[in-house]
Amino acid sequence: MTRAPDRHNSEEVPIDELSTGRESIVRIVDLHKQFHQLQVLKGINLEVERGDVMVVIGPSGSGKSTMLRCINRLEESTSGHIFIEGDDIMAPGANVNALRQKVGIVFQSFNLFPHLTVLGNVMLAPLKVQRRPKGQVEETARRNLERVGLSDKVDVYPAQLSGGQQQRVAIARALAMEPDIMLFDEVTSALDPELVKEVLDAMKELAQEGMTMLVVTHEMGFAKEVGTWAVFMDEGVIVERAEPGELFDNPKNERTKSFLSKVL
Amino acid sequence: MQEFIRLWFNYSDLKEVLPVLVEGARITVVVAIAAQAIGVAGGLVLALLRISKLKILRLPAIVYIDLFRGTPLIMQVLIAYTALPLFGINLDAITTGIVVMGLNTAAYDAEILRAGIESIHAGQMEAARSLGMTYLQSMRYVILPQTVRRVLPPLTNDFIILIKDTAILSIVAVPELLRNAKEWVGWKARFSGYTGAALVYLAMTLPLTRLVSWMERRLSMGEADHAPQKGFLRRMFSFGSDEGSGTTGKGPRRSTHR
Repeated sequence: MTRAPDRHNSEEVPIDELSTGRESIVRIVDLHKQFHQLQVLKGINLEVERGDVMVVIGPSGSGKSTMLRCINRLEESTSGHIFIEGDDIMAPGANVNALRQKVGIVFQSFNLFPHLTVLGNVMLAPLKVQRRPKGQVEETARRNLERVGLSDKVDVYPAQLSGGQQQRVAIARALAMEPDIMLFDEVTSALDPELVKEVLDAMKELAQEGMTMLVVTHEMGFAKEVGTWAVFMDEGVIVERAEPGELFDNPKNERTKSFLSKVL
Repeated sequence: MQEFIRLWFNYSDLKEVLPVLVEGARITVVVAIAAQAIGVAGGLVLALLRISKLKILRLPAIVYIDLFRGTPLIMQVLIAYTALPLFGINLDAITTGIVVMGLNTAAYDAEILRAGIESIHAGQMEAARSLGMTYLQSMRYVILPQTVRRVLPPLTNDFIILIKDTAILSIVAVPELLRNAKEWVGWKARFSGYTGAALVYLAMTLPLTRLVSWMERRLSMGEADHAPQKGFLRRMFSFGSDEGSGTTGKGPRRSTHR
């Protein structure tokens, strides 16, 4: 599938009536994604500004994760634009590796490197990609591990940790690149129920520190409590976007209402 | 029966032939180790080409692998010995043997390495790329260190086969173990030379066979505890990075046969 030829002429699409004029970290314009015959994303428009904690909810298969993965180009979109701090990341010749350093992502399945210790996991990319001096990298790594409450686990291998601890290491690993935005892709879905809270707490703390976050989640309590914006997605489109209190307690759209009535 | 024992298991003959066999075994070991080195290095390159998304890289690797795995090694040896001089390439018998066996082993090792690389969960590559690492950095620091542990048993198995296959070089006058045994038997007309050769081959392959079982046991144990390994596996295969290596996956079962 080739991209739309007019990609670079369509930056003027009005996208976000909720924009407050703060610095835009991620701006998604008319994003389409097609897997063979299946339209997964059918024109997504979304803006995340610095300091936002935007939670994305919606039924499975609605395209939430696909949208997230398009933002750091783990998934290639079919047409549309994504701007990271103003740079069009889908422009030909865009530096994907540089882009990915600005965008941290945490996966549902942790994906820690099993052959490296916790500290090794957190230090690898800063050492090899950013080529920062080792002492400085280690200091940052230890600080980030402390942030997620794991300073006592630095020398342990991932398999010796619980799922919740592994996921917190994954958060620290993403933070180590000092990204401008963190993407969370259903990070608690693979966890045993009693381990969910420690991960959500770590994310909450991150939000309170002012990290810009885009969070795909099924944790409605977290969405409502921590989110600054909530987005409801269904069938590849953004159906409704509002402040979380508004979206959860007073949804405007029928599909939002019907979804919320099933999960709340 | 007595005649058989006298000819095949004659103690004084065995004692007499042993130095000749050891001399040949030295060549066998040199050829096998050198060929395996070519095989692993070439196999890694072939494996990376083989899994490339680009057809132009993938296709030559596929052709190479099919060619070397699809024809008899003994034929490849004969072709090399007869054809190379016509192109002005004049290598001595041992070197030619090393090159042919190395090129052949590369084809087999490529498939072992490819299977090893592909056995690593796709999430590992995604996680590495998402941190800004390039494809090659992700391979080098994330995928390959995990692959090494899984491919070590099958690669060692391949090495065992390689040791035995060097006997093929006896037909082109490489003075390796079997060739020496044959010459001694032809000269003395006493078959204990063959028995002795078999025992020397066993002396080389049996420890390696045990090593493979030991590694496979270690690997499946590692799956349970993932504790850092202090043994040679860890030291030899931390890939020069300062991070330790710790976990293992179960090695894919041996599948190559020549």
